Amino acid sequence: MGVPVGHYLALSAVLFSIGALGVLLRRNLIVVFMAIELMLNAVNLTFVALARQQQSMDGQVIVFFVMTVAAAEAAVGLAIILANFAQRRTLDADEIDDLRG
Amino acid sequence: MIAFWLLAILSVVSALVVILHRSPVYCALALVNTLFLIAAMFVMLDAHLVAFLQVIVYAGAIMVLFLFVIMLLSAGDEVRLEGRGGLRLAATLTAAVLAFELGALVVAKRGENVALPASFGSTEALAERLFTRHVLPFEITSLLLMVAVVGAVVLARRKA
Repeated sequence: MGVPVGHYLALSAVLFSIGALGVLLRRNLIVVFMAIELMLNAVNLTFVALARQQQSMDGQVIVFFVMTVAAAEAAVGLAIILANFAQRRTLDADEIDDLRG
Repeated sequence: MIAFWLLAILSVVSALVVILHRSPVYCALALVNTLFLIAAMFVMLDAHLVAFLQVIVYAGAIMVLFLFVIMLLSAGDEVRLEGRGGLRLAATLTAAVLAFELGALVVAKRGENVALPASFGSTEALAERLFTRHVLPFEITSLLLMVAVVGAVVLARRKA
């Protein structure tokens, strides 16, 4: 158990950046969604690592809540993607621009 | 230490597969792989219950939902992976800057692992916290889940 907390934080930073890159780079709505899940998980890793360093269970409790919110978000988001696909037959984020002024 | 580096390299590689592979199904499978690796890291950090939840809730339930939607939409490979060239460059730059900033934060925040009580991360300890100090957020969470389920059903049922 000799791994410093900083290592976990650095890994989490890398994973978060990869997720952000995915959100910015990809056009497929489902893949964008998966990149968001990746970012959420990177943050969870930070919470758990710091919870261990601070010897506090609160970080792990927050991870529990993050997972719940992620589940709710996935359910609603995927339902929106389905409804949108039924109307438009596309998954391309660039083609969904009804709100553009 | 070796276990950490192995897990770290594997998780970064499979995270890159998630955002770079053309087929959404392979992206989803790579994401499942990443989630499992992160769960292993949770175990290394003495968060046993959270690791279990990660595998059951995330890699199990949420990713199955993703795969269902991918297969319902029979989404083929993406025609074009990247947006316009300038946008692609901007996105890469943004991610690089983000990684640099987060890395700088990490360097600023150093700390050693310390010995912990044996109960740390156990189901009992987490539940004790959850049902005493954080009981109100916990109850609100159940409300949130119910609203999300109803909302998902309403959204997905509506015909064009």
